[in-house]
Amino acid sequence: MPRPRLLFSLSMLLLAMGLPKVHADEPAAAGIAAAAAQTDLASLLASLPDASYADKQGLIRKMAELPDPKVRDVLKAMLEDGLYVRTSDNHIFIGQVDGDTVKLTDPLSGQAAGAESSDAVTTVGVNNQLRKVLRVALGQLDLNDPDAGVRLRAVREMLRALNAEGQTVLRARLDLERDAEVKREIEVGLALADLDSADAAVRLAAVRKLSSSLNPDVYNRLSAMVQVSTDGTYGDSDAAVRTSAQDSLRVIERYRTLYGAIQTFIYGLSQGSVLVLAAIGLAITFGVMGVINMAHGELMMLGAYTTYVVQRLMPTHIGASIIVAIPVAFLVSGLAGIAIERGIVRHLYGRPLETLLATFGVSLILQQAVRDIFSANNRPVITPDWLAGTLQINDVLAITYNRLYIIIFTFALFLGLLAVLKRTRLGLEVRAVSQNREMAKAMGIRTAWVDALTFGLGSGIAGIAGVALSQLTNVGPNLGQSYIVDSFMVVVFGGVGNLWGTEVSGNALGIVNKLLEPYAGAVLAKIFVLVFLILFIQWKPRGLFPQKGRNADG
Amino acid sequence: MAENIWRDLAAALRDDRAGQRLLYTLLAVSVLVPLLNLGVGQTSWLHVTNYSMTLIAKYMSYAMLALAVDLIWGYCGILSLGHGAFFSLGGYAMGMYLMRQIGDRGVYGNPLLPDFMVFLNWKELPWFWHGFQSFPYAISMVVLVPATLALVFGFLAFRSRVSGVYLSIITQALTYALMLAFFRNDMGFGGNNGFTDFKDILGFNLQAPGTRVSLFLCTALALAGSYVSCRYVVASRAGRVIEAIRDAESRARFLGYRVESYKLWVFVLSAILAGVAGALYVPQVGIINPSEFSPVNSIEIVIWVAIGGRGTLYGAVVGAFLVNFAKTYLTGAFPSIWLYGLGALFIVVTLFLQYGVVGAIGQWRRSRLRRATT
Repeated sequence: MPRPRLLFSLSMLLLAMGLPKVHADEPAAAGIAAAAAQTDLASLLASLPDASYADKQGLIRKMAELPDPKVRDVLKAMLEDGLYVRTSDNHIFIGQVDGDTVKLTDPLSGQAAGAESSDAVTTVGVNNQLRKVLRVALGQLDLNDPDAGVRLRAVREMLRALNAEGQTVLRARLDLERDAEVKREIEVGLALADLDSADAAVRLAAVRKLSSSLNPDVYNRLSAMVQVSTDGTYGDSDAAVRTSAQDSLRVIERYRTLYGAIQTFIYGLSQGSVLVLAAIGLAITFGVMGVINMAHGELMMLGAYTTYVVQRLMPTHIGASIIVAIPVAFLVSGLAGIAIERGIVRHLYGRPLETLLATFGVSLILQQAVRDIFSANNRPVITPDWLAGTLQINDVLAITYNRLYIIIFTFALFLGLLAVLKRTRLGLEVRAVSQNREMAKAMGIRTAWVDALTFGLGSGIAGIAGVALSQLTNVGPNLGQSYIVDSFMVVVFGGVGNLWGTEVSGNALGIVNKLLEPYAGAVLAKIFVLVFLILFIQWKPRGLFPQKGRNADG
Repeated sequence: MAENIWRDLAAALRDDRAGQRLLYTLLAVSVLVPLLNLGVGQTSWLHVTNYSMTLIAKYMSYAMLALAVDLIWGYCGILSLGHGAFFSLGGYAMGMYLMRQIGDRGVYGNPLLPDFMVFLNWKELPWFWHGFQSFPYAISMVVLVPATLALVFGFLAFRSRVSGVYLSIITQALTYALMLAFFRNDMGFGGNNGFTDFKDILGFNLQAPGTRVSLFLCTALALAGSYVSCRYVVASRAGRVIEAIRDAESRARFLGYRVESYKLWVFVLSAILAGVAGALYVPQVGIINPSEFSPVNSIEIVIWVAIGGRGTLYGAVVGAFLVNFAKTYLTGAFPSIWLYGLGALFIVVTLFLQYGVVGAIGQWRRSRLRRATT
C-alpha cells in the first residue's frame, strides 16, 4: 500500500514544517542532531536509556514522526511509567507490574519477552515537561490516524486543554483535514480559542464563525460575552463584537428551540408507542370483540417473562434472543389467551361486567403464578448491544436507539395487525363476526372458532408488546398492572373498534405527556392526562374516531 | 311526613327477613364483643382481644363500603371500579382531623403543623387544612368531599350517557389518578406515608379501652344505619325506578323518568356511605395512605358484593365479612395461596354463582321447599 503511506509521510513532513519554532527553542539541539541520523525505532529506542531529559524530548519527537504504528504503544507506555530498561543489557521493554515481577513485552516485535523481578529493571524516567511533550506527540499521532473517529477523539482531547502548541498543531491539521466533522470540530475549537484574543478583529471573525455552532461551550462563551456584570462592564469590551455575538446567539437559540421541539416530539412518540403497544392487543379483544380483558396486562407480562426465559436458554446469543423471543412470546401469550377465551370468556358473552371480574381473577392467578415460579423480584433481561447506545445527531439532539426502535417496532406491529385484519381470510371473518354474529353464522363461519382465534391474536400481540416492554421497564409480577388503566384509556380515547384510533390516540397522549412534563413533572403530567381523558369521554363517549353505522350503538 | 318515613321503613323491614336477621346479629355482636373484651379477663378463653375487636370493626366498615357498591351496582347497574376513592377520601378527611389532634405531641413538637410538613420544611398550614381541628367540620368534610366528587363526576358522566364498561373504566381511571396525586409530597397529604401515629379523638385516647369500644359501637351503629337507609331507598318508589333503570334504561327514560337524576342521587348517596365507612375505618386501623386508592382495592370491593350476592344488600354485608375473614386467615396461614384463592373466587363466582352465596342458599332452600310440598 504505497499511496496511503506516501500521504502519511507527506502529512508528517508538513506537520514538522509547522513546528520549526518550537524545535529551535529546545536547549539540547546538539543531542537532536546526533539522533536525527537514526531513523528507525530500534535505534531511537536504543539511545533512550542513556538520554538526559532534554535528549528524551528530541527522541520522542523523532519517534512521533516515524510512520510506525508501534510508536504509539511505546509513547503511551512511557507516559504511564510503563516503559522499562533491563539493567543487564540496557534493552527497552514495555512492562506490566505483576506483584514483585514485571511482565515484559518487546516493543519492536510485540512478542512477550518473559518476566523479570522488579529489581532487574528500571523505568524510563519522565518529568512533567516530558509528559507534556508526550501528550502532544500522542495527540499528533492520533491526529494523523487514517480513522476519522480516532482523529475526532484526538481533536476533542486536545481541545480540552488547548495551549499555544496545540493550536499550532490544529491549525496545520485544519488545512489537511478532509473529514467534514473533524474539520468542523477543529474550526469551532480554534474559534473558541480566538475569542480570548486581545485583537477585537480576531474576536469578531471568531464570533462570526461560531454563528451556527450548537456546541454548548460556544453558547456559554457567547452568552458570557454579552452579559453585563454588576459594575456595568460587558463580558466583551468591543461593541461590534457584542452585536455580532448577540446575532450569533439568536441564531443558535433558534436552532436549539427547534431541536428541543424535535426531541420532545420523538420522546413523546416513543412514550406514546409504549402506550400503543400496551393497547393494541386490547384494541382487538376489547375493540373488535367487546370483551373486557383485565388480564391483558398479565399477558404482556407473560411475553416479557418469555423473553427472560429465551435469554436464559441461549445465553451466548443475546443479540438474537430478542428476535427469537418475539414469535415465542406470541405463541405463549396467544395460547394463554385462547385458554382464557375457551375456559371463561365464552361463557360470559353479553355480560361485559362479569367478564371484567372473571378476567381480573385470571390476572391475579397469573401474577401469583409468576411470583411462585420466578420469585417476586424483578428478573434481569439483558439489552442486546444493537439496542443500546445513542444516536447523536448534533450537539443538542441525541436520541437513544431503544426509543427509535420502539417507534419503528410499534408501527410495524400496527401495520402487520392491520394487514391481518384487512387482507387475510381470518381478518375478514373476524370483522364479519364482530359486525353481525348471526349473519356470519348463517354464512357458514364457525363463530366459536373465530372468537377463540381473535382472542388469541389479541393476546399474542400483547405477548409481543411484552417482549418490547422487557427492554424498557422492569420485568416483574406487577408489570402488567401498571399498564392496564392506561391501555384501556387509550383504546376508549381512540374510539373502540378502531385500530387507527388506537395508534393515533396512543401517540397523541404520549406527546401531550412529554409536553407537560417539563412544566408539571412526570406524575402530575400523568394525572393531567388522566383527568383530561375522563373529561374527554364525557364530551365524546365514543372516542376520537367513533364507529359509524348501525352496529356502532353499543 | 316523618311518620310516613317511619311507616315505610317499618314496612320495608317487615318483609326483609334476612335483613332482620342481619340486624339482630349486629345487635348481638355489638353487645357481646365489647362485653367479652372489657368484662372477661384476658386469661379466659371467652376473652375477645383488642386485635379481634378492631378486626371485626374493620370488617364492619368494609361491609358498609360493600353496601355502598351494592346499592349502585346491584340495584342501578352502575359498576364502579373506583369506590375505594370515596372510601379513602372519607378516611383522609378523618385522618386530617386526627393529625390536627396530635398538636405539639408530634416528633417535631410543632403545635400547628403535622410532622410530615415540618419534615418537608413547610412554614404554613395549607389552606385546605384549616378547620380540620374542629370535629364537626371534619365530619362534614367526610360527607361533603366524597359527595361533591361523586356529584361532579356523576353529573358529567350520566349526562353524557357514559355507561356500562366505559363508566367502569373511567371510575378506575379516577381512583388511579387520585392515587398518583396523593402519592405526591407536594399535595400536602403526607405523600406515600399518608397519616399515622394518631393520638386522640375528641380528646379521648385512641388506645384506651373505652374509646375502642365506643368506636366499635359507632361502627356497628353506622353499619346498621346504612343497611336500614339502603333498604329504605330500594324499597321506596324511587328504588323501583332505579331497578327499572338497571333492567331497561332506555325504557325507563321513554316512560318519562329522569334517568340521569336518579342515577346521580344514588351515586352520591353511595359515595357518602363509602366516605363514612372510610372515616370509621381510619381511627381504628390507625393509618391511611395512598395505596387505599389503588384500583385493585376498588375491584376487591366489587368481588365482596359479587360473592355475597348482589342486589340483596345483606348479601354485600355477608360477602364483605366472608372474603375479608378468608383474606385475614389465608394471608396469615398460606400467604401465597391467598391470591390464587381470590382469583379463583372471581372466576367461580361469575361463572357459577351469579347470585352469590346468598343467592345459592336461597335457591337450595326453595328447591327443598318445593320437594317438601310435592
